[in-house]
Order: sequence, then structure tokens, then C-alpha cells
Amino acid sequence: MSERSERKPQPQGATTGHEWDGIHELNTPLPRWWLWLFYATIAWSAGYWVVYPSWPLISSYTNGAFGWHARGAVANDLAALKTQRSAMTARLETTPLADIESNPQLLDFARALGRAAFADNCAPCHGSGGGGARGYPNLTDDDWLWGGKLVDIEQTIRHGARSSDDKGRQGTMPAFGRDGMLKRDDIIAVANYVRSLSGLSTAPGADLKFGAKVFADNCAVCHGPDGKGNRTLGAANLTDKIWLYAPDTQTIIDGIWNGRGGVMPAWGTKLDDVTIKALTVYVHTFGGGEK
Amino acid sequence: MCPGCASAIAMEAATPPHGQPPLAGLIDEAKRPLTGPPPPQLDDPDGDMPLYAARRKIYPLRVHGTYRRIKWIVLFVTLGIYYLLPFVRWDRGPNAPDQAVLIDFATRRFYFFFIEIWPQEVYYLTGLLIVAAMALFLMNAVAGRVWCGYLCPQTVWTDLFQTIERWTEGDRREHILRDRQPWNADRLARAGVKHFLWLMVAWWTGGAWVLYFADAPTLVKDLATFQAPLVAYGFIGILTFTTYTLAGLMREQVCVYMCPWPRIQAALTDEYALNVTYRYNRGEPRASLKKAASLHEHGEPAGDCIDCLQCVHVCPTGVDIRGGPNLGCIQCGLCIDACDAVMAKIGRPARLIAYDTELNIQALQQGSEPAYRIIRMRTLLYAAIIVAVGGIMTYTFATRRNDGISVIHDRNPVFVRLSDGAIRNAYTVRILNKNLETQTFVLKVAGLSSASVEVIGSDARRGSDPAIDVGPDQTREVRVLVTTHQALDPDASIPLSFIIVPDGGGSAASAVDHFLGP
Repeated sequence: MSERSERKPQPQGATTGHEWDGIHELNTPLPRWWLWLFYATIAWSAGYWVVYPSWPLISSYTNGAFGWHARGAVANDLAALKTQRSAMTARLETTPLADIESNPQLLDFARALGRAAFADNCAPCHGSGGGGARGYPNLTDDDWLWGGKLVDIEQTIRHGARSSDDKGRQGTMPAFGRDGMLKRDDIIAVANYVRSLSGLSTAPGADLKFGAKVFADNCAVCHGPDGKGNRTLGAANLTDKIWLYAPDTQTIIDGIWNGRGGVMPAWGTKLDDVTIKALTVYVHTFGGGEK
Repeated sequence: MCPGCASAIAMEAATPPHGQPPLAGLIDEAKRPLTGPPPPQLDDPDGDMPLYAARRKIYPLRVHGTYRRIKWIVLFVTLGIYYLLPFVRWDRGPNAPDQAVLIDFATRRFYFFFIEIWPQEVYYLTGLLIVAAMALFLMNAVAGRVWCGYLCPQTVWTDLFQTIERWTEGDRREHILRDRQPWNADRLARAGVKHFLWLMVAWWTGGAWVLYFADAPTLVKDLATFQAPLVAYGFIGILTFTTYTLAGLMREQVCVYMCPWPRIQAALTDEYALNVTYRYNRGEPRASLKKAASLHEHGEPAGDCIDCLQCVHVCPTGVDIRGGPNLGCIQCGLCIDACDAVMAKIGRPARLIAYDTELNIQALQQGSEPAYRIIRMRTLLYAAIIVAVGGIMTYTFATRRNDGISVIHDRNPVFVRLSDGAIRNAYTVRILNKNLETQTFVLKVAGLSSASVEVIGSDARRGSDPAIDVGPDQTREVRVLVTTHQALDPDASIPLSFIIVPDGGGSAASAVDHFLGP
């Protein structure tokens, strides 16, 4: 390279005149066509001012010549998507809830629709896969506070639990301790008794007979004489292995003392019927759905 | 008009196109010194050439002979296949298209006669590309740029376009003279007809292309009635434009400037590859017939080449093959035909230009044995790779399954405790059915002794195992629940096999996942 440039000195005036330590900057103009292309792109860019909303004004902005708006474009896309899905959506709408799962095509569609709606609306509390969290029921197991049949799930989604909806699920665990209904010792005794219902260990020296009496007097109204719960009131089954909060004595005492009353919003006002139907099928097919 | 063209025409015009016997014309022409700028040298040692050189328009002369005949046959066969193949039918039954060759993007299938390829099997394409590359290398090692000269679409379409050009605007001489005239009605009409025919061919080329992607007869009807999808018209438009531009206007420039293959070729070739070669041991020193006669009288040597330039005039890339191996030479062999014709006319032996090697010519010049070696390391190696890859592909294709299964474990929650204390894991199972009819698969899960398996949305059973229907040429995704009452070790992770067996017998396909516990 160097040999060649020594052999071929550049003609006079071929540099820009810039010089650093004896090194001259060659002036190599752009090819003419490239330059014109560059000007053409500048001219082309002016078209965007005309076609799209662009210049800010005092209180608004210039509208594009064709009324294009990003928000409108999104709305169009959503409408197009709705149209594209309309055939399947209509089938889902007209098929009775009980018949959806026996139709593979409809089941796939409902689950796909449900998966997206679940991720958007339900996942913050119930987890992305419906696994729940402390205080937020796990939807993949076979234990249901308000019922696990399709119609039960649909009603809970549509009207919520302890929500502002009149048709919502109602039923509250009272704050037995805080409101002075039970003494401290009663509560400790009944907590131990509750643990014993599902075969968990109890504190040494705990008076289970006394606990059973306290349970029969105060808790059996809702949770049933045998502690198996009551779905009409959302009273949990205390004899199974599933705990909405935690099975340790302290958590149980906390629940009895302060009461419980987790709220599920009524989604009927936010989601359309097809989405609720799809969500119902999606939750029902997590694995714990009842026939 | 560029100076190059002008001087080429000036040179041509010195010989009247008619009225002289062709041979005399050729010899007269050979006497004239070559004027005008030299052809662009691609390997200028000084590196002083300008970065841009104006194109010298090439007017290839019509030629007859062995290689021209081969090129015609190849042209008809390859273009025939290209234009007509989409219309070939192949009955696959009611659940698959009946087009022999179809790239079905909508349903993501590729059909080739009895072969059907699913998207996850595109590795067959990889194998095909390896075989294709090796076949190119092998061709190159045996006989140089056979691909460039005969098979390359650029060559084939350029050939077709040049034929149309000769037919409308005349052969070399007539065309050069016509180009020198002002734009009169005749010239305009001929150019108009030429460009119209070019566009028609280009349009048909684009039209044939889209037929490979949809049912051809239906698409033809839809295209004609403007019912076809916009993308079809778009692609026809694009390919019409590229065909017209590349084959009609750019031609040899594609080979010389754009195509990477000549460069790869230069790196791959060796001294034993048979290339279109001017046998300078026979041809030099060049002398016209008269001059050769007088040289012979004085006992001086004269070669067989009479410098008639026919080899240059027929060349579609404007190369002088007598200058030795050249990047611009696509090795189509048309100069061999041209030279043979001249040699026959002047009564000298044919094949002054032939498929030969530099090494052989040197050997002949030194009086030693001809040096041909077709069988050598690289040809053997290329052939071995072709056989090996082809063999592997054939084997895998012949033994490939018509079904398959894949499993994904639920990520959240990884396990579920049921009210009776049982542990359940949920899986997404996808079953592939490549058969062209509905197939029922029996799903077995092995690895847990006392597990119950449930498929959401499918109650059918064969014994205690769930049975799943999968439609023809489809996949089906199902949610599978595996539940066990077995006592598990803490943090258990038990390997599970998901096995599907076609109902009614057949070999099993399986996939592996894990059963996780608390």
C-alpha cells in the first residue's frame, strides 16, 4: 500500500487542506448518484409531514392528510383480529359451557383465548399458571372455596367474591379475637383442634376436647360440624391437605383472631361474555375442575 | 453512445454485412488491427484502473455446433421443468393437495412427489444444500464452470433473451449496424417487439414462480380473474422486473461483477480441471491464411489460429479465450463451436479451442505424455461427501417416523398438592400425525409405578391408558395430568417417559420429561 502511494503522488488540490503531522486528508467526493440519492431522501421525508401527524401547534398538532393516527391503527388491528376470530368466537358464544371441553377444536380455542385473558387479568394474584399464592387460591388443585364446577367458576369470575357485586359470593370469617367473641385460650385450643382435623400435629398438652367444643359452638355454623366446610359461604374445608394461608398454628390463630376475607373483583363488568366463558374453561381445565 | 461501442461499430462497419463470401469477410476482418479500448482487465496488476468502467455492449454472434446443441437441450429441459412442473399432479388422497411440487406456506408443508416435509424437517434442505454445493465443487474439479456455462439460471435466461434479441434486432453484425442508425420506425418497432417479448418471458417466469406456492390451476384462474392474493401479483412483479433486468439488460455483468461463484471457482479450481482452453501450442504464432502460406514458404512456423476473432464474437461475456483462464469466462463452450466451424472451413483439425488443461498443453509442448487426471484427491473427496450425505439423507428419510411426541412440563406451578395429599404434575403434550388419515394414539406414561394419567378434553381409554385422536397430517396439543399417591423423596425429580403407540399396532414414539415433587 505505502509503496503504491509513494509511486503515485496525488494530484495538486486533491486534499481537503487538513493536515495532521504531515498527514493530509484526501478529498474524495461522494459519487454524484449517491449525493442525489441523499437529496432525494430529504425531499421524500417532507412527505411524512403531509401524510402523518407531525408538527406541534400551540394546543394541538397538524393532522395527517389521511387522518392516520397510531391509536386508530391499533384499533384497526384489534378490529381485524376480532373479525378474524369471529367464526370461532361465535361458536364459543353459542355452545353451552358444558359442551365446550368435549370438542377439541373449541377447547383449544377457549384455552388459547383464556390463557391470554388469564395472563392479563388473573395472573397478578393467582400466578401465571394459576398456582396461586398465600391468600390467593391455587386454581390447579381440586379444592374449591366456592365450587369447582363450570357454572360455579363462571359465577365466581363474573360476580367475584366479597365484591361490590350484589350477586357476588358472600361469606366472611369473623375476627373472633379482635372483636372479643373468643378468649385467647379458646382460640389456641380451637387452632390445635383444627390442625388435628387434617392429621397435623398439635401442641403438647393441647386440650383437643375443649377445642372441639369451641369449634362446635363457634365454627361449625359455617365450616360444618365435621369441619368439611361450606361452599355456599366460602367456608374452607379444614380437613384436607390444602391451606389457603398456611397450616402452622400461628397462622391459624392469626386467622381466627383477625378474621379472613380475601376479595375477588367482579369481572363481569370488565370482560365480555366470550372472554369470561373462555376463562371459565381455562381455569376448569387447569386440572381441578369438577364435573 | 459510449466510446467503446462506437469504436466496436466502426470496426464492424468496415466489413459490409452482405455481398462477400463469409470466409473472405472473416479473413479481412482478421487483418484489421484491433482498435478501441482494451477489454476491462479484472486483474490489473497495477491497480490503477478506474473504479468504474462503462460497459462495452456485447453482440454475441449466433453459432452452431456440439456445445450450442447441448446448451439448447439444457435450455429446453430446464425451462420446461421450471414452467411446467407446477402443473404436474400427484394423487395423495383427499387430505393433501394433489400438486406434485408444492411449497405450502399456509399449512407449512413442502410436497415433492412422494415426499412430504414438515417445517421441523428442514434439515433435509440443509443436506440438499450440502449435496448441491459438493456437486458444484465436483463439477468444478472435473470440468470447470459447467454450472456457469450450461445450468445457471442467469445463463439459461440470458441465452433465451439473446435468442429473442437476434430474432428481432438481428444477429451481431446486423444488430451493430442497426444500433448505429438513428431511431427510425424500423429500429423502434424491432426494439419495441424485443422488449415486449422480453417482458412477456419475464412475466411468465415470475408467474411460474408463484405457482409453486399454491394450487397451480386454481391460482392461474384467480390471477386471470384478478381474484389472486396481492402477494402473488407482487412476487410476479418483482420477478418480472429481476428477470427482465438481469437477463435482458445486465447479462454478463451479473457473472463478472455480481456473482460470487466465479471467485469461489477461482479458489477451488486446480491445474487438472478441464477448462475451455485455447491450445496455444497449436495456435501460436497466429497468422492469416495468406501469411501462414508465405511463412511456410520461408520455412518459418505458423500456428493454426488465423486470428479470425470468431471465438470472441460468439462469446456471451465478451471474453478472448486466447488470453488464458479468465474470470469473465463462463465456459459455455460456444467459442469451441465457433472455432471448430472456422477450422472445418479452412481444412485444419478441429478443437483448437477445447476442454483441456494448461498442464496438458505444457506436457504436449514438451513432447511428454498427455496429463489428464480425472480421479484425484479432490474429486474422490467431493464424490465421497456427496455419497455420504446423500446416503444419510436417504437412510433417515426411509426410516423416518410418521408420528412423534414432544412434552413440556408446566412451569408454574411445577407441582400441585391435591386435597387428599396426592401430587400432580401437568404437561403440555404435542402429538404429531404425519399420516394422511386420522390416527388414534394410546398414551402411556412410564417411570412412576402408581401414576394415573388424565388427558383434558379426551375421555377415551384403551385399558387404563388414554387414547387421543389426531387428525390427518396434523398435530394436536393436549394437557396431560399425571397424579401419584406414591410417597416422594423431598425435591423429587423422577424421569418420566411419555410413549405413544398407534392404536391397532405400530412402533412407539417417546419423549422424556420429569415428575417433580415438593
